[in-house]
Amino acid sequence: MIDLSNKAGFDLAARNRAEWRFRLYGILAIAVSLLFLLTMVGNITSTASGALKRTEIAIEVDLGADNLDPDDLRAAPWGGIVKQGLRDMFPGITKRKDKKLLYKLASPEASFELEKIVTENPGLVGGVHKIWVSASDDLDLFIRGKVDPDLPEQKRRVTDDEITWIKSLENSGNIRRVINWQFLTNGDSREPEVAGILGALVGSAWSLGVCFILSFPIGIGAALYLEEFAPKNRLSDLIEVNINNLAAVPSIVFGLLGLAMFLGVMGLPRSSPLVGGMVLALMTLPTMIIAARAALKAVPPSFKEGALALGATPVQAVFHHVFPVAMPGMLTGAIIGMAQALGETAPLLMIGMVAFIVDIPTSIVQPATALPVQIFLWADAPERAFSEKTAAAIIVLLFFLIAMNLIAILLRRKLETRF
Amino acid sequence: MPSQNFDLTKHTRPKWLDRAIILLLSGFAAVAVLVTVGIVLSLIVESYEFFKRIPVREFLFGLKWSPQTAIRADQVGAEGAFGVIPLINGTLLISAIAMLVATPLGLTSAVYLSEYSSRRLRGWIKPALEILAGIPTVVYGFFAALTLAPFIRMTGGQFGLEIASESALAAGIAMGLMIVPLISSLSDDVINTVPQSLRDASYGLGATQSETIRRVILPAALPGIAGSLLLAMSRAIGETMIVLMAAGMAAKLSLNPLDAVTTITVQIVALLTGDQEFDSAKTLSAFALGLFLFMITLILNVFALGIVRKYQEQYD
Repeated sequence: MIDLSNKAGFDLAARNRAEWRFRLYGILAIAVSLLFLLTMVGNITSTASGALKRTEIAIEVDLGADNLDPDDLRAAPWGGIVKQGLRDMFPGITKRKDKKLLYKLASPEASFELEKIVTENPGLVGGVHKIWVSASDDLDLFIRGKVDPDLPEQKRRVTDDEITWIKSLENSGNIRRVINWQFLTNGDSREPEVAGILGALVGSAWSLGVCFILSFPIGIGAALYLEEFAPKNRLSDLIEVNINNLAAVPSIVFGLLGLAMFLGVMGLPRSSPLVGGMVLALMTLPTMIIAARAALKAVPPSFKEGALALGATPVQAVFHHVFPVAMPGMLTGAIIGMAQALGETAPLLMIGMVAFIVDIPTSIVQPATALPVQIFLWADAPERAFSEKTAAAIIVLLFFLIAMNLIAILLRRKLETRF
Repeated sequence: MPSQNFDLTKHTRPKWLDRAIILLLSGFAAVAVLVTVGIVLSLIVESYEFFKRIPVREFLFGLKWSPQTAIRADQVGAEGAFGVIPLINGTLLISAIAMLVATPLGLTSAVYLSEYSSRRLRGWIKPALEILAGIPTVVYGFFAALTLAPFIRMTGGQFGLEIASESALAAGIAMGLMIVPLISSLSDDVINTVPQSLRDASYGLGATQSETIRRVILPAALPGIAGSLLLAMSRAIGETMIVLMAAGMAAKLSLNPLDAVTTITVQIVALLTGDQEFDSAKTLSAFALGLFLFMITLILNVFALGIVRKYQEQYD
């Protein structure tokens, strides 16, 4: 006989409470994960907002004949001209130590900026002009209120003297904040105030180009063979298992392969987007094959059978009737694979794409970095201003990833036909 | 009857063309296999060179990891110590923290999505969770190192705890959230393949929905769920950027999540970036570590994929 007096099993109220709790755990788990996502993206966005604008300082420079020879602008003492300009604005400063401190208001790159401006506008030569150049990162931080003036002088990066100078410059309208377009048009630099991501972007673009050219045709070819032509036997099973496993191999192992094979055995140029793209291609290959096979599977067999019945050879049937229908699905998979490759960092570290490179790479065999590697490098930099740059670079990276995924989704919506 | 002269012989394709095309395609498929062969070969060749200098036993069971390049040949301890145990310790510690974070979050969200939520809600939440998997790991690393770690350190400080600024905890938590979608979407698929008849039978006996899930569905889906957890574990072990940016460099034996530990992947990067001679034990040891990492993840993957596959056949 069943013991109905056992109330535990029949206490409906308690069981319903348990049901309710169980549901709550599920909602909580989802909420925690999404909250983390929001916190992370929000935190990075707010850090990045500091890099949106940059600070410039106006310097009266004397471009008269005493200072430079109009026929040989390259040889002109640009650094000296900038320093002289700064001295002229504060005639009261005479001590050597103070002068050195004064020069630090402008970015160390200011002389290069001045040279560029004058070279592009030769009409300036001969006169005295007010030129806007980059301010130093410390001045930038101070202007934005990121330096606490109440701290003891030794504990902050801006001295009392500097604060007085900055204040007087500000009052005379010689300091301005402008949108930081340079961040998108400059290469890397040791100075955070002028560092930009163009070099890393171009490096990423070259690498992704190489990656796509290699992995897209190979991936599609392999998928066509495995899905349409391969005999179903142990060998094709083995290839299938192999591809699934390859997709789960840690990315750093692909970097080791690239280091040993492409650099060690084949002797290809180190740090180059060529090798980076090749390693990324090997990594995205399994993703490509799996996506392309799924796209081929989605094509109804009647397409192929119809063509075969009309006398097409198997190759004709596949290439004329199955392949075009599966193409949008394959492209979608390829874009998603490319998005993964764009965010990949570890294998690129292995093949040396971590060097400090100022120049924008102009070919696939020149040394370069990639966008995620640049993020890694900047995240390590000690200057405080670099963490804002890092966050801004992350935003740019996320922007490209979102754009690529959106294109993939739209492409799928627009081109995909359901049978 | 008007006769149309179709000369069919004119349109025949040479047989060799088709064969050549298929051969070319099979060549592409072979590339995928060649990649695996390439990985195994290059790892084994370099590791062999390493094990000629350092005995395998010393590598596998050594308790000290401090690779150095000798400045002078006759220097004491010129070859450094290459015991992998502290690295395994660190790798497992961080992965375990990640799994502790990810398993409950991933599993409960999978259950909620597949059993409770409406189709519409699921259509929004699933892609939102998958964003977590789509964000590059270097971003997690940046967040873990610059925000999460200082936060944990500060919070611990208020309770009088001494927490390393590169604690295993910060790296583990960030990594855990990264693998949540991996667990939730695989487990979700698995739970969906459990036949409706099992649910109906359980409801028929008077069980509530949560009782059905806990006592019928989860046990039925257990092998598949175990597979998804193993895949997540393998992903955590092989993850590089988060630990490189948020975990430490010093190899030590410790099970304290508040300590700074280092992992296999961090050491591979540390050994191979910067100037390197291709022939020193220090550089070669990175390949031995790579081989070790490859084997561990391969075993986990083969095992996990096998379970998932077998499980799917069971209910088909």
